[in-house]
Amino acid sequence: MTDVLMPRLSDTMEEGVLSVWRKHEGDVVHRGDVLAEIDTDKATMELEAYDEGVLARTLIEEGASVPIGTPIAVITPGGPVPDGTSEAPAPAPVAAPQPPPETVPEPPRPAPTRPPAPPPSAGLTASPLARRLAREHGVDLAAVQGSGPGGRIVRADIDAAVARTPPSAPPPSAPEPAAPPAALGADAEEVPLSRIRRLTAQRLTASAAQAPHFYLTRTVDVDALLAFRAQINNGLAEGGARVSLNDLVVKASAHALAAHPEVNSSWAGTRLLRHRRVNIGVAVALEDGLIVPVIHDADRKSITQISGEARDLAHRARTGRLSLEEITGGTFTVSNLGMYGIDQFTAVINPPEAAILAVGAAAAAPTVREGQLAVAAIMTLTLAIDHRVLDGAAGARFLADLVALLEHPLRILL
Amino acid sequence: MSMMTYRQALHDTLRAELLRDEDVLLIGEEIGVFEGSYKITAGLLAEFGPRRVRDTPICEEGFVGVAIGAAMLGLRPVVEIMTINFSLLAIDQIVNNAAKVRSLSNGQLRVPLVIRTPGGGRQQLSATHSQNLEAWYAHVPGLKVLAPATPADAKGLLTAAIRDDDPVVVVENLGLYNTKGEVPDGEHAVAIGTAAVARPGADVTVIAYSRSTLLALDAAARLQDEGISVEVVDLRSLRPLDREAVCASVRKTSRAVVLEDDWLSYGIGAEIAATIQEGAFGHLDAPVRRVAAAEVPLPYAKGLELAAMPDGAALARAILDTLDATGFTA
Repeated sequence: MTDVLMPRLSDTMEEGVLSVWRKHEGDVVHRGDVLAEIDTDKATMELEAYDEGVLARTLIEEGASVPIGTPIAVITPGGPVPDGTSEAPAPAPVAAPQPPPETVPEPPRPAPTRPPAPPPSAGLTASPLARRLAREHGVDLAAVQGSGPGGRIVRADIDAAVARTPPSAPPPSAPEPAAPPAALGADAEEVPLSRIRRLTAQRLTASAAQAPHFYLTRTVDVDALLAFRAQINNGLAEGGARVSLNDLVVKASAHALAAHPEVNSSWAGTRLLRHRRVNIGVAVALEDGLIVPVIHDADRKSITQISGEARDLAHRARTGRLSLEEITGGTFTVSNLGMYGIDQFTAVINPPEAAILAVGAAAAAPTVREGQLAVAAIMTLTLAIDHRVLDGAAGARFLADLVALLEHPLRILL
Repeated sequence: MSMMTYRQALHDTLRAELLRDEDVLLIGEEIGVFEGSYKITAGLLAEFGPRRVRDTPICEEGFVGVAIGAAMLGLRPVVEIMTINFSLLAIDQIVNNAAKVRSLSNGQLRVPLVIRTPGGGRQQLSATHSQNLEAWYAHVPGLKVLAPATPADAKGLLTAAIRDDDPVVVVENLGLYNTKGEVPDGEHAVAIGTAAVARPGADVTVIAYSRSTLLALDAAARLQDEGISVEVVDLRSLRPLDREAVCASVRKTSRAVVLEDDWLSYGIGAEIAATIQEGAFGHLDAPVRRVAAAEVPLPYAKGLELAAMPDGAALARAILDTLDATGFTA
């Protein structure tokens, strides 16, 4: 008998939501079969079986969120566990024509598993009720002052913390308010929500509600950058892959982030994390939502490497074949709508990252060069920053360096 | 409904069952001519005769064994053991025969036996005559153990016990015999294995049974004046135990205090605390508190005896401590 545990599917994951059971009690399970879909803090992942046998019991209901390491199902090698619900033959009872002496049924015994471990929070004591309520309301226990004996956190403390939280921050799993019934009918039809769409909505709502965004905008003269790109592409083999403007923006951003670690950071509830690796997410629009595959260690990759990887990731994002590693661990995101002719826009930060860069189209526009009016290709960059992590001046310095790199692209190679 | 004492409710139930079913008979010391040590069987010998109401010598193991044999052959004996302290003399019959005959005979034999027996302290009967030994019997699979707290439940549970086809120990409490309450007229049976919410409340659950239920209700009424809403759960049935009712109440109030007249260690209260831990852990805002008797042979001296047993003040302290520990303010 093997316990299936809630896996750690991303670096920052502490809990996972079991969104759908793809196998059910009594189903035969082969190694590699998808048992369930797990919503992590980043994406929806498929949980594969590592064992052969029968899914004897599922311990978690769909929609429930449990800490990593919590048993969520039991796989037995042969048939189901003795009191399982499937049709496997029960061991022949030694002739028992009468029910057992105790005719009033005892309540069901607890499942033979370890109870879920409380979330790891060193040095914290909280009542079981307080822990449960904190989880339901998304309250960070570490940020709560306990009023019980020895500083134990009790329900009253959680209630107070919830009351202090602005109502704009809904609990992660709170049901969306129902649409007013008038919206339905002849004038509208309801479109079923995909998980990606739901997750995108949840995460961006949380980001917009919780991260205090501010925006810095610069225009960039990209004549030199376009020439640089032409040079690179001319040098590449005929018919081979072409480097895009966005690839150069990603590479320049990586370069600038390496020089500005304060931007390469994220907000972790009550702590500020400064990342040692520069992993740049590239937002990709899907039919039914957004996904942000990540180019890891972009500061240490060549432009053609980044270009090839970005193309491959975007293609596989659209066909739904990204691996977990490829969508986790991002420390900064680039979102580019230039190819749709958008001159300038602002983007919502991809939590828990500290900033996102919105890239507009490079288009001919009047500009001033050495005191003279000239026509040049101009591109507008808008950096959205989480004010909890960074202040305006720090953001401005980063953006200035990024602009300088893009206007003098040879420096990207340094 | 009629207002009557717990004693009267037991008497009337025995009489009604003797009238209803010819197989029912009463067996015990002094239950006939002397009409019972506590007068539960008053008038029954005169009405039903010595074939149905059997006086016995002082020989607990013997007459319990006889009753088990009679039950195996199809009668429905109701044994009175004068106090639960004397049931120790019959414990081999109760635990090794009454509880096990059905299993050992592979269900071919049933033991529709009832053992009624009073216990409890506060009567100045000293150490060997003041015990609450119900946990001993509640521990044994094959026995059912009931502990009614009110005259209505005395009738309802004794009726259910007599009609049950398996051995049932009905634990009475000497301190309850003279308590009064409304009792339903006519047929009234309470399902074995169901607890009752004796008083609904919102802030804390007190789980009690038998006489301690009255203590809990009294404390709850007094705490109500301080703005504290106490829910009292009366177990009524110690085995089978209504675990769901206990957990449902604790899930509602998130705080639990267990009260029993018995000693603390290894008792009913320990079982309840474990039940709550298994069934309502995530709803607990404070550890489960237990209030029980001091772990001593009960003293004879009245002041010492009362000091050794739980009272309303001890219960109220435990309730207030539990509330304080969770930042509750009335």
